[in-house]
Amino acid sequence: MRLGQGGLIDRDAPVSFRFDGHVYSGFRGDTLASALMANGIRVVGRSFKYHRPRGIFSAGSEEPNALVTLGRGAGQEPNARATMVEIHEGLEARAQNCWPSAQWDVMEVNDLFAPFLGAGFYYKTFMWPKKFWEKVYEPAIRRAAGMGSLSGEHNGDLYEKAYAHCDLLVIGAGPAGLMAALVAAEAGADVILADEDALPGGRLNGERMEVGGQSAQGWAAETVARLEAMPNVRVMRRTTVTGVYDQGSFGAVERVGGHLDRRPEGLPLECFWRIAAKRAVLAAGAIERPVAFGRNDRPGVMLASAVRTYVNRYGVAPGRRVAVFGNNDDAHRTAADLLAAGVHVAALIDARPEARCDLSVPFYPGAVVSSVSGRMGVEAVRVETGAGTQRIGADCLAVSGGWNPNVHLTCHLNGRPVWDDGIASFVPAAGAVPGLIPAGAAKGIFATSGCLADGARAAGEALQALGIATGTVEMPEAEDAAYSLRPVWHVPGKGRAWLDLQNDVTVKDVKAAAQENFRSVEHMKRFTTQGMAPDQGKTSNIAALAVLADATGRGIPQTGTTTYRPPYSPVAIAAMGAGAQGAGFAPQRKTTSHAASVAMGAPMIEAGLWYRPSYFPAPGEETWRQSCDREVGWVRNAVGVSDVSTLGKIDIQGPDAGAFLDFVYTGTFSTLKPGRVRYGMMLREDGHVMDDGTTACLAPDHYLMTTTTAAAGLVMRHLEFVAQVLKPEYDVQMVSVTEQWAQFAVAGPKSRELLDGLLDAPLEPAAWPFMACGDVSVMGVAARLFRISFSGEHAYEIAVPARYGESLFRELVARAEGLGGGAYGMEALNVMRLEKGLLTHAELHGRTTGFDLGMTGMMSSKKDYIGRAAATREGLLDSERERLVGLKPVGAVKQLTAGAHLFAEDAEPVRENDEGYVTSVGYSPTLGHFIALGFLKGGPDRYGERVRFVDHLRGIDTICEVCPPCFFDPEGERVRG
Amino acid sequence: MRFSGLRVLHEGLTGNRGWTAHWRDPEPKSEYDIVVIGGGGHGLSTAYYLAKEHGLTNVAVLEKGYLGGGNVGRNTTIVRANYFLPGNSEFYSHSLKLWEGLEEDLNYNVMHSQRGLINLFHSDGQRDAFARRGNAMINQGDDAVLLDRNGVREHLPYLDFDNIRFPVFGGLLHPRGGTARHDAVAWGYARGASDRGVDLIQNCEVTGIDIENGKVRGVQTTRGAIRAKKVAIVVAGRSGQVAAMAGMRLPIESHILQAFVTEGLKPVIDHVVSFGMGHFYISQSDKGGLVFGGDLDFYPSYAQRGNLPMAEHVMEAAMTLMPMIGKAKVLRSWGGIMDMTPDGSPIIDRTDTEGLFIDCGWCYGGFKAVPGSGFSFAHLIATGNHHAPAAKYRLDRFRTGVGLMDEEGTGAQHNLH
Amino acid sequence: MCGERDRREFYYGGTALSRPVGTDWSAEWDDYLHLRENPAGRSRELWYHETGCTAWLVVERDTVTHEIHGVRLAAGGRS
Repeated sequence: MRLGQGGLIDRDAPVSFRFDGHVYSGFRGDTLASALMANGIRVVGRSFKYHRPRGIFSAGSEEPNALVTLGRGAGQEPNARATMVEIHEGLEARAQNCWPSAQWDVMEVNDLFAPFLGAGFYYKTFMWPKKFWEKVYEPAIRRAAGMGSLSGEHNGDLYEKAYAHCDLLVIGAGPAGLMAALVAAEAGADVILADEDALPGGRLNGERMEVGGQSAQGWAAETVARLEAMPNVRVMRRTTVTGVYDQGSFGAVERVGGHLDRRPEGLPLECFWRIAAKRAVLAAGAIERPVAFGRNDRPGVMLASAVRTYVNRYGVAPGRRVAVFGNNDDAHRTAADLLAAGVHVAALIDARPEARCDLSVPFYPGAVVSSVSGRMGVEAVRVETGAGTQRIGADCLAVSGGWNPNVHLTCHLNGRPVWDDGIASFVPAAGAVPGLIPAGAAKGIFATSGCLADGARAAGEALQALGIATGTVEMPEAEDAAYSLRPVWHVPGKGRAWLDLQNDVTVKDVKAAAQENFRSVEHMKRFTTQGMAPDQGKTSNIAALAVLADATGRGIPQTGTTTYRPPYSPVAIAAMGAGAQGAGFAPQRKTTSHAASVAMGAPMIEAGLWYRPSYFPAPGEETWRQSCDREVGWVRNAVGVSDVSTLGKIDIQGPDAGAFLDFVYTGTFSTLKPGRVRYGMMLREDGHVMDDGTTACLAPDHYLMTTTTAAAGLVMRHLEFVAQVLKPEYDVQMVSVTEQWAQFAVAGPKSRELLDGLLDAPLEPAAWPFMACGDVSVMGVAARLFRISFSGEHAYEIAVPARYGESLFRELVARAEGLGGGAYGMEALNVMRLEKGLLTHAELHGRTTGFDLGMTGMMSSKKDYIGRAAATREGLLDSERERLVGLKPVGAVKQLTAGAHLFAEDAEPVRENDEGYVTSVGYSPTLGHFIALGFLKGGPDRYGERVRFVDHLRGIDTICEVCPPCFFDPEGERVRG
Repeated sequence: MRFSGLRVLHEGLTGNRGWTAHWRDPEPKSEYDIVVIGGGGHGLSTAYYLAKEHGLTNVAVLEKGYLGGGNVGRNTTIVRANYFLPGNSEFYSHSLKLWEGLEEDLNYNVMHSQRGLINLFHSDGQRDAFARRGNAMINQGDDAVLLDRNGVREHLPYLDFDNIRFPVFGGLLHPRGGTARHDAVAWGYARGASDRGVDLIQNCEVTGIDIENGKVRGVQTTRGAIRAKKVAIVVAGRSGQVAAMAGMRLPIESHILQAFVTEGLKPVIDHVVSFGMGHFYISQSDKGGLVFGGDLDFYPSYAQRGNLPMAEHVMEAAMTLMPMIGKAKVLRSWGGIMDMTPDGSPIIDRTDTEGLFIDCGWCYGGFKAVPGSGFSFAHLIATGNHHAPAAKYRLDRFRTGVGLMDEEGTGAQHNLH
Repeated sequence: MCGERDRREFYYGGTALSRPVGTDWSAEWDDYLHLRENPAGRSRELWYHETGCTAWLVVERDTVTHEIHGVRLAAGGRS
């Protein structure tokens, strides 16, 4: 019910919104919760397990009950807290976990079965018959569980990430936070003040009190305005600091555009911030806790402070006849505010026998509420006084069991909060997070003046640590009431008493846990699910601990507490993962020939982060195989051109470059003459092959190493490791030049003819034997030419500065086409290297050794090199290891597949008989049948033997002959010719 | 007490007053035949199988904190047998078979749900590697199905097939893969072991291991000295520290792995989905939370918590793969301590000290191994012989290079597996 | 050393140990490659400023609190 006056809402700005299909009206400044309350809506959803009707319980992010679904279609957002949703035009919300409606929910039947559904019941049943679990029980449980629903559609909203740095991050803009920000800002520090609320001020906005001679609300607004006007301050509204991480980094999520009537194009819904702060003040306040009593989950039972917030900030009365129950003075403040707003106070029940009351309300000192009655909402309150039981009619019960400091963030780095008997709650442990200073209510100081002073103190402490001189800031006057409470956790009474409203955990469940010996607080939590709901037990954990302590005969501090983990409030995956949807997940690396290849119709496939052309389809070709076979034929018979720029290129220079290469490669490179190229294999220190490639000697102190595409980064890191960590005495420098050079393979019998026509000077055959390299000039551009081959043909690779790459590619392709060839892609490249038995990371998969690959001849015995010692381990030289072989089908051409396993010809294809596996397969148009590379026990010792080739997955079971891995031109005549 | 639907009904009708303790809380005796150090999943299952399979009940499990408080209570609950290297294949296959009979065996519903696991691949090369894996699984007698892109679409229609950075080529479906309720596994084993006479001692930290003449004599604890003929170390996350009490150094480096859970949602993901290009895997718990994780944070840590870069990376992987979960909100994140070995595979072996055994190095794959590890470790402790499916989990394999099981192929850098 | 930089620029490259001398497999090699002190506390580690200055660093870091106690260039005076 909307009050006639008051509140921080704009009564001149009505806003209409929908809830459960009905149109309602509220005012600008309302939350969905306050607007629903103003419209008299009491039941806003159903509980998790028992589907009991639930109403609004709090006025903040700790809300356990009022979870609703917003929007429709791809924009649908489940589990939004109605207390945090600002109403705006077009807002559409629905109750969740209920069918057909929150008022009348079929699943409410669960509540009747509650005796059978206590803590952990599911561990004890649903086991028979065994098959029924996946088919019957589990689907039923899954459907019943959960809260809201995802739409099932791809996210269509914009989210962003951003980064901020500051001297001081102030978390929370209540009295302590505002004062801390003010002191630090006046001293000239860079300050970020973050508050989860749309309206900074914290409790000041919900209270009827004076600060600095004006209303608390007015002081908060004035202070925020003052801060916002300062250039060194960033006030971040709607920003929840969600987590504390190492070295002063904080995660925070800002609700940027969701609250607007119309979100401008390009404005994100939310932004996830990473804030690096030199110091931080935790002024996150405190959360009021309820008292457990019978049926305390009924709509209308609310936190007393929330009742004040609704009255004072939103101008809404949560009920017509409100009873107030507490164990501290806040109950009195609530009654007073209700009276001041003209709301009938049915009773003020104070658990403290010594309490006094000067309000004109029915006052029950030394009394407690044992239960409420009413199904869809509170109708009456049962009060136990010293003189007996009384039933008092009320439609709302405001409860205050005291306050729990918001210590959550101080626990994120494993800090354990400390029990404080004075406030019967946990306070932050000193130094729990380096550089984070708790202040105000978050530290257990609850009087407004105390919070203001402590905020200023905390800022002073931070400034001192930062070496910034503190100025003087005037301290505003404010209330300084003492906080006195008598702990009351649970009042026995009629009906179950709830602790965790969100997960439907009752006092009985916690006691049952203790009865079944789940006495450790972690066991109790996990057995009952207490505190494991989205609110992480913000309003319930301490009371649950108290109940457990009581049930196990220990004190609360001895019982301990569970750990709070990030995030403080739930964060959308889309916010923390912003920017990654679609292609944004990883960079896209494109070669200089990319556009030309795409224009030629080549399908581009991923090679790590790179894109490479798979094949270049010609008119009339219907399958990739046709194109591939043609391209192989071009290279074998004429000339082909392929972009090989993705291979890693590392420029290595220095007097010790040769010695350095000798140390990283198994072979010797220091003897390599300028103008020559050598193939090399490098091992990891554990003796397995890391990578292979060629290295060219460009000048006595200057080498150019190539790596495989996949291992380029790995090898670069490895080389720097060797140079800096293992061999700092070597004078050698290196830099990756992969992106600086565009490099193209020109392969085939006509490759020399092509280049002869292209280069500014003709190629002298005598000067360019196989494995030669040198500088050339192409159309006036300085280029490098390498006579190397990955196809087994007479071939070259020509490299030009990347800016000439595209035009050179087009030129090469045009000339190749003129000679009866053309561009070839990855498929053809792969077939040709298979025909030659050359290796890729299919074979160099990290478990193979030089021995396995038949390359022991390349492993020098005359020098130390990385991996040499480990490669001599007995297990790495065992002749029974699976070693590289070629495989060809026996008989008619059959399909072979990579990933198949190898067995003796007559053996059953089971693990015990497994003798090897197939790494690469291709159809060789040159040979007219499939060929394969694989690893086989005994390897080269078995050439000529037949093996059984089995691919269960693809239904292939055939016989192959073992052969050397090189299928084509084993003498290498073509490559040298 | 035997659990059953009838018992739940009976108790429900009589006020639930008859439930008794899941396990006893005995005082530690001064001597046991066997002391198991570590009351996590592996320690509890070891104790259970010592009692059940070998009739050894004069056994104590010593736990520094609370039972099941280590990695068994902080993982992403995936159960699978999809390894491809000899040694791992037979071990995880055996473990999965134990899972499949676990509820009947323990009389405890651990909610083992074989909902199917799909490993996605994104290139021809990855497909071939997964084919090798799938064929190895079938060779072992387990199940695997190679799905093409359309096959994946049938199972996981909600993936972003059109815009994803690394397009889905297909997937390897392991139909018997799935999940289980992690805490329940620890509790079920604890209850089973306790019922068979094993003493489970909580809040009892081992501070020393007594060794005389190369033979183990017992342990020192915060609750006094306990003599024992055999001592078994099974303390994931603290392996190095406990082994050091016996003068051992282990081939282990400890790293953090973060995991995340969202608010409860109505059913939306039926399988376990693994996205190798993004180091991301996800399933939905029976309570409705999406449970997911990623790769290690990549630096040694005992902090049981991670940092933002990896957390954000995991969310980013989720957004490129399945942007439909963007509006799900993460409610909690945590970290476990992973004992990483140089080949990414575990160790179940005796030590140079007579009577001292060790089970460690489970990297981030320990949860699914709980039954198999306990079974094989108990066999080794009880009989002195390696249990066949775990016979390759030798401590000396790194020194000899014999039988390395490097599934990732990343070599002897502990954190890269 | 490299200034205050983002965690993501760095790559952890293992415990800081001395590479054994000798080309034959030995217990020292087994130690170097496999066995670890693995301390819960202060540890000396190698980190690579991969997307920054490409320096390999020896970092003294606490594996429990993640506090960094010291950083120096692995190459000593050379950078």
